[in-house]
Amino acid sequence: MKVKHLLTPLTEADILALQAGQAVLISGIIYTARDAAHQKLAELQQSGQPLPFALHGQLLYYVGPSPARPGQVIGAAGPTTSSRMDRYTPALLAQGLKGCIGKGPRTQAVKDALVRYKAVYLAAVGGAGALLSRTVRQAEVVAYPELGPEAVYRLQVENFPAVVVNDAYGQDLYEQGQKQYRRQNNKPGKDDAHVPGR
Amino acid sequence: MRELDVSKISSAVTEMMMEANYILGEDVLQALHQALEREESANGRQVLRQLLQNAELARAEQLPLCQDTGFAVVYLEIGQEVHLSGGDLNEAVQEGIRRGSAEGYLRRSIVADPLRRVNTNDNTPAVIHVTIVPGEEVKITVVPKGGGSENASAVKMLQPAAGADGVIDFVLETVCRMGSSACPPLIVGVGIGGTLEKTAALAKKALLREVGKPHPDLYYAQLEQELLQRINDLGIGPQGFGGRITALAVHIETYAAHIASLPVAVNINCHAARHLSRIL
Ligand code: SF4
Repeated sequence: MKVKHLLTPLTEADILALQAGQAVLISGIIYTARDAAHQKLAELQQSGQPLPFALHGQLLYYVGPSPARPGQVIGAAGPTTSSRMDRYTPALLAQGLKGCIGKGPRTQAVKDALVRYKAVYLAAVGGAGALLSRTVRQAEVVAYPELGPEAVYRLQVENFPAVVVNDAYGQDLYEQGQKQYRRQNNKPGKDDAHVPGR
Repeated sequence: MRELDVSKISSAVTEMMMEANYILGEDVLQALHQALEREESANGRQVLRQLLQNAELARAEQLPLCQDTGFAVVYLEIGQEVHLSGGDLNEAVQEGIRRGSAEGYLRRSIVADPLRRVNTNDNTPAVIHVTIVPGEEVKITVVPKGGGSENASAVKMLQPAAGADGVIDFVLETVCRMGSSACPPLIVGVGIGGTLEKTAALAKKALLREVGKPHPDLYYAQLEQELLQRINDLGIGPQGFGGRITALAVHIETYAAHIASLPVAVNINCHAARHLSRIL
């Protein structure tokens, strides 16, 4: 599959053109949020107040960067584990968020919400924080500066590499990819025929 | 009796905390190169290439390999002929972490209390393990341990009758449960034996071994190979995208066990397997 270029904000047509397993390069604005920021956004949503930035068509990146050295835009900036955000994601998608970027599998509720609201979940390479930081051209805190690395940043990125994991059709790269490479009968408890030394 | 000022330990810890976060060990790099040769999945190969580029860039630019610059775990092996002077050893180590985190632009990832969760803003306290050994040297090992892979780790008290099969099942279960979130390719540390806390400490210690160096006891070296094969057969692959390389290595450490117990711990490390030792 050829790498696809994505320009944010994303339209429904952009989303529908993506399939699980597709490698993409993202350019434009993306917003960051991890656990603490999600909790604050959820509180605002529950009390019917406006969010500190418009979600419509946007991508949310689960990252808590390391501090920038003087003269640099940002420190290392790779993805954090997405499952901690699962409980908050459907409500954000309902408000027009078009996708999130993180690492690791999502719950069925999130996958269903991606289908319902036509959005995607992308994975960036966890642990490639130095490399990913080089795609960030500008970084500015837009909310919750008191949260330090957990503040919400507005990042301007250029060719940020990611892979589509869950698409708007209900496909899941983790499930499909792993099934393709799993060797038969290798589930815990299935095969104890060749334990060494006995 | 050799006199050693604790400020020397402090400055060594500062330098090591930074270096460990910027420079991936040769052993891990080599394992990643070998993985790239063997990986069949296109997405998997792309991940491995990015990780190698990442390591190169981090080293050249003194940037952390990963934004999660870890919980600092510090091992001190102190020779019994050494007299430590000039202050409190624990405070000296904490000061080393504090300075390394500030000077090295490392992320503040530690909250002072597990439930009330206020950031300490300086990455202290470190988790410190002290052992007293013969001789007059002090060996310091600094391990910045990532949260994502630590969360994928587990301990279980098996029945002795479960034997090696039980150990294999538990390791595979643990890798299956959270492996995709722990930034594979993984390094899997397995502790077997001892008590609850001992087996967990063994699993972490297993992560300090040079990647891929087999256990000196052939029985356990074979069990390591068997586990590595079985983990890679799960097909999780780099970053969980599916592929042949889920783990770079499995390291086992063991201890004596009670006649009633077979404790097993699995400590998962990500490919950002940072550990650095120095002898003073
Ligand atoms: S698991 Fe390791 S590589 Fe992944 S984000 Fe955490 S520290 Fe970084």
